[in-house]
Amino acid sequence: MTKYAVETSDLCRDFKVRQVKGESKKSTVHALENANIQIKEGELFGLLGPNGAGKTTLIKILCTLLLPSSGTAKVMGHDVNTHCQDIRQKINMVSGGETSGYGLLTVRENLWMFSQFYGMPSKLAKRRIDNMLEIMDLSDKKDAKVRTLSTGQRQKANMIRGFMTDPDLIFLDEPTLGLDVNASRLIRDFIHKWMKDKPSRTVLLTTHYMVEAEELCDRVAIIDNGKVLACDTPHNLKKLISKESALKLQIKQIADVKPFESIPGVRNFSFKHDPTTGTTDLKFILEDEAIVADIISEIPKCGSKIISVEKTEPTLEDVFVALVGRGLHGDE
Amino acid sequence: MAMSMNRRVFKWSTWLGWQLESNWTDPFPFIIYSIAKPIAGSLILVVMYSIIAGIGGQTDIGLFHYMYVSNAFFMFVAQVLFGITWVIHDDREHYRTLKYLYISPSNFFVYMMGRTISKLLVTTLAVIVTMAFGVFFLGVPLDILGVNWLLFIVVMFIGLACVMSFGLALAGLSFLTAKHSMGMNEGVAGIFYMFCGVIFPISILPAWGISLAKVLPVTYWLELIRRTLDLGVGIDTALAGISTVDSLWILSISTIVFAIISVGIFKLGDYVARSRGLIDMTTAY
Repeated sequence: MTKYAVETSDLCRDFKVRQVKGESKKSTVHALENANIQIKEGELFGLLGPNGAGKTTLIKILCTLLLPSSGTAKVMGHDVNTHCQDIRQKINMVSGGETSGYGLLTVRENLWMFSQFYGMPSKLAKRRIDNMLEIMDLSDKKDAKVRTLSTGQRQKANMIRGFMTDPDLIFLDEPTLGLDVNASRLIRDFIHKWMKDKPSRTVLLTTHYMVEAEELCDRVAIIDNGKVLACDTPHNLKKLISKESALKLQIKQIADVKPFESIPGVRNFSFKHDPTTGTTDLKFILEDEAIVADIISEIPKCGSKIISVEKTEPTLEDVFVALVGRGLHGDE
Repeated sequence: MAMSMNRRVFKWSTWLGWQLESNWTDPFPFIIYSIAKPIAGSLILVVMYSIIAGIGGQTDIGLFHYMYVSNAFFMFVAQVLFGITWVIHDDREHYRTLKYLYISPSNFFVYMMGRTISKLLVTTLAVIVTMAFGVFFLGVPLDILGVNWLLFIVVMFIGLACVMSFGLALAGLSFLTAKHSMGMNEGVAGIFYMFCGVIFPISILPAWGISLAKVLPVTYWLELIRRTLDLGVGIDTALAGISTVDSLWILSISTIVFAIISVGIFKLGDYVARSRGLIDMTTAY
């Protein structure tokens, strides 16, 4: 029988918010709507979605920070509503893009303190902290006050805090957000190795970065507006649109992209303006390659010029665009 | 196992609290600050008493001793109430660590207690400095050999447990508020300051004020401290008819009642905060 690290059934979470400050009437925002997710033990599971899709809400519920409005969620077999303490013995979490930690303490003091809050035996804690400081290339900063660290160094220390307790399940909420290429690479490699070292470990990773999801995840769920739109391996997800063609065009910047949306045979379309280069990147998912000619002929009509054309194999991003109807960024 | 875990959490949260209290500067300025602050507070009292004595024409030195000892020990109330709610605010909004502590297997109660103990230690130092300054420079007649130290320790223990339980209730409410928790604890401390016989005896309050004062455990705690230290006891406090033993009973029972209520408020605050998603709220304050 398959053992699930995470199992949700019709999980919903609503928030009541005031639309206008000072107004008494509140409206309901459905952050999660009937989310059904099963994550097997030993899986590196990815959640892909734009801002406000419901990824962090789901993680907050699973790590016992937030109660669901309805439905059920089980973590390592325990209900999040009733068995928080059992869950907390087995999990940990790392959020990206924040500067957590007691700035007056040193890196080592911060980590040591958290190791004690997790009940780690002293010798094990000391050994693991030293080892992970080494892996994360932070040994020379172990006696530095946390407030003196750079964003990347703080995030590395945050990663150590999360992983040093050797949780059965770790939630990584955009762990590489705002990090440079090298730091991101180091963290991705570490996650990969951590999973390999002990195959029963489970990771739930949310990310904006398609490459990260594609590189790391065994399975990926695409989530938007609180709804899980698809859930499968990256390979199978790509197969969903493999009969379709993906076309990338870079053209001289145009103001109105609407004519492209209405071309028959364009299944999905996203764009991004780059004011610095004066160009617009267009991305199409096409039902048939024959439509390429129609698109190309539309460009001069819009008063633009083609700079480059690229036909690509479908990526996870294409799957995302096909399912969600837009790219990961708000302007797309 | 759980006991050993709690001991560890208590030890390291106390250590954390101490580091955050003391580690913001070098040891020397910290010591100077720790001594100068309570002395400055004492001098404010001297000025206040001088004005009251000047305007009212009262020169009852017993009233000064009453004010002095009451204010010195009231520091525990003000500092603990402030400190315990500040932990929630600080960990959540400033250090952004509250969510990581909250999802850890450690008992959050124990963590809060540990953080409060460090505040108590710092306040104890301030109270000792204040009392010593009063004895050596302001003529406060503390007879160390005449004090019933056993009773004093019992009174202190129960009283501090009472204050900490109040703090716990406020901490529960702090989960639901942003920076406003500071106003909340200042308000509660203000009520105690007004109605518990700190700056003036409760006998000068209107009848309803005296009734309110008599249900607040802090009133009995401060009265018992004054009695055990034999300072300011000649003043009409409206508690003269209640013996020391009865006062101790009232303090103990009311502390238990308030502690139960406080735990309930804390758990309710925790539940509501978790329902509303406020455990990791940041408000950009």
